[in-house]
Amino acid sequence: MSDKPIATTRSVTGIPTGRLAIWWILASEIFIFGGLIVTYLMFRFHHDHWTAEAAHTNTWAGAINTFVLLTSSLFAVLAHAAAERKDTERAFKFLWFTIAGAGMFLVVKSYEYTTEISHGFHMFRDVFWSFYYTATGLHAVHVIAGAIIMAIVASAVRKGKELQRVEYIGIYWHFVDVVWIFLFPLLYIAK
Amino acid sequence: MSAHHEMSFWQKYVFSTDHKVIGMQYMFTGMIMALIGGYMSYAFRMQLAFPGHEVPLFGLVTFAKYSALSTNHGTIMIFWVAMPVLIAALGNFLIPLMIGCDDMVFPRVNRLSYQIFLLSAIILLISLALPGGGFGGAWTSYPPLSVEQQYNLTPYANFLWLLAVALEIVAFLLGGINFITTVMNARAPGMKMFDIPIVVWMIVIASILFMASVGPLVAGSVMLMMDQTIGTGFFDASRGGDPILWQHLFWFFGHPEVYVVLLPAMGIVAEIITTFSRKKMFGYKTVFYTTVATAIISFFVWAHHQFVAGIDPRMANIFTVTTMIISIPIAEMVFVYIATLWGGSIRLTTPMLFALSFLASFLMGGVTGIFLGATGADIFLHDTYFVIAHFHYTFFPIAIIAVFAAIYYWFPKMFGRMMNETLGQIHFWGTFISFNLIFLPLFYSGLAGTHRRIADYRGFPELYPHPNATEILPSQWAQDMQVIATYAMLVLIAFQIVFLVNFFWSLFKGKKAEANPWQANSLEWQAPSPPPHGNFPPDNMPTVYRGPYEYSVPGRELDYWPQNEPPAATA
Repeated sequence: MSDKPIATTRSVTGIPTGRLAIWWILASEIFIFGGLIVTYLMFRFHHDHWTAEAAHTNTWAGAINTFVLLTSSLFAVLAHAAAERKDTERAFKFLWFTIAGAGMFLVVKSYEYTTEISHGFHMFRDVFWSFYYTATGLHAVHVIAGAIIMAIVASAVRKGKELQRVEYIGIYWHFVDVVWIFLFPLLYIAK
Repeated sequence: MSAHHEMSFWQKYVFSTDHKVIGMQYMFTGMIMALIGGYMSYAFRMQLAFPGHEVPLFGLVTFAKYSALSTNHGTIMIFWVAMPVLIAALGNFLIPLMIGCDDMVFPRVNRLSYQIFLLSAIILLISLALPGGGFGGAWTSYPPLSVEQQYNLTPYANFLWLLAVALEIVAFLLGGINFITTVMNARAPGMKMFDIPIVVWMIVIASILFMASVGPLVAGSVMLMMDQTIGTGFFDASRGGDPILWQHLFWFFGHPEVYVVLLPAMGIVAEIITTFSRKKMFGYKTVFYTTVATAIISFFVWAHHQFVAGIDPRMANIFTVTTMIISIPIAEMVFVYIATLWGGSIRLTTPMLFALSFLASFLMGGVTGIFLGATGADIFLHDTYFVIAHFHYTFFPIAIIAVFAAIYYWFPKMFGRMMNETLGQIHFWGTFISFNLIFLPLFYSGLAGTHRRIADYRGFPELYPHPNATEILPSQWAQDMQVIATYAMLVLIAFQIVFLVNFFWSLFKGKKAEANPWQANSLEWQAPSPPPHGNFPPDNMPTVYRGPYEYSVPGRELDYWPQNEPPAATA
């Protein structure tokens, strides 16, 4: 079954099938995160005391993480540019820089979680905190999954295979970034 | 591609990536689940007609069992019968064949989608056998009933039920992305947007609709799961949460879901009606644009399920209006189908009979929906048997009648043999008449006020209405309606044996089918029956020259004109 179906070689729209699929996956993700964020907003409008709860989120940690994530997205773009030039060594290197960014993001996140919990702001304190941990947790799961897939893509790229996947994982990575751009003001800045 | 080596049984039928095999896996899983779901309805309908008696082949239906049976009947029929058969089985089987291709663009994702689906079905069945029994909080799973164990009394099943539904959603998201990208990118050369058969359009639009509506429910399911397992309070009013929130998230999915299953059924009927009236479809583009309009409007009607849930009455008014509006495109589609029949040379084969009865029964479902969509009437009719009857007049045509139409129509292509026509006609009349006899009495019963969630009326004489009673009195009349419905259901089940005999007999012993037994135009009929691995000869993949509904074209000797026949070869 190693021979590929004719279907995989066709491109009626002129867009590679992989890129099309990635955009549709992101479309479905938008509805998942969209549902969560809209729900959060509806609650927030009806609960004035959430402002007092939100005052305890760590704005600095969130800001640092925003910076880390945006920088890692830059590396994802550089990896794509290198893959376009068939420069597999540099593409491999930049993919791993991106993964390092994901790692740093998660380190800051765990520091944040531990301090919040040790100060008594755990998930069961209030529905605000339930949302805080659910939304950032779901986002963190996407960061972890993205980092793992990127490592797999990187090892294939080093052997010069499946270079188009650098672009696909890059598109996904920007999406993870954009979700954070929504979460950061909603959970950390609005106090 | 052509050089396929010998494959073992496991490679060929269990771990296959061939779209036809995956389609059949979905279909047979769906059929087994349909038998289970049907058996459940048998048990609780017997309890309703003869309360407190032992049900043959089941035993005593206790109140807890009654709730579990009706909940899981609904869940199974929607998520494990209608969705897999209408979208996954037919989508997988038909899409690559109808667009002139050899497989899906992601065959291994396709296989993964079925495996996740099978896992979800197994989890649901396991949940029925655990201590406490199956989940009994209705297929809508409203909190706090679905969260608090002291209310639902099913410590394991409420979580496993939700897990199974979530996995099923994942399976269909994967499958849907495959369908959409395949139709976008892998069509045969020459097949333009309006050369795609309507059923393919319908499945694609349904997949997009599913994807867009289910997202918020995925987020909601995560919240509900955390409420159940680790004790957060998203839906707990006493801790700052909001149980109505779940209802919004659920119905924001739940109403578009009606159209997710309706559209493929409408597509099947479109194919069958054009083929058997030997006439070009009346208004292909009208159907297409109407479908898109339906899909968009379906996002703005969800709160009509919540008129009595304590939502703002001003909001209820808006949703009444949108609900009335959505009946317009659906009515338009039905008119287009009737116009297609007008003046055609109609052949009343079994698939055609099922397709026509789909239109008739769905019309009944649609018209009674107007009553429920209007706030005033809904407050009276809510939670009565009127709702049950309305729902089944929409859903039975979709999930059963349209599916039978599709099986009778595409069986020759799927298995290379014809089904027996006489048995098919017997099965049709038995199914159609007994279906109406089940649910017509329930409309009357519901109008009189019979409440839907009561397992044994003897305990609630005040809810046991008589249509002409000036005061509320216990009445034999409501019970008679239940008995008629239950007898009709037994007849309905008996006639399905005719179908099963016909299906399995034809599978092995039926008359050999030629490639195009119905003289139809679309590409699947130009491949051999059954199509081999790869569908079409790899060096001679079809090229498309015209739309799929060119029947009875003036000046042509044949009354059909296959999509891939070169124009030069005009007879």
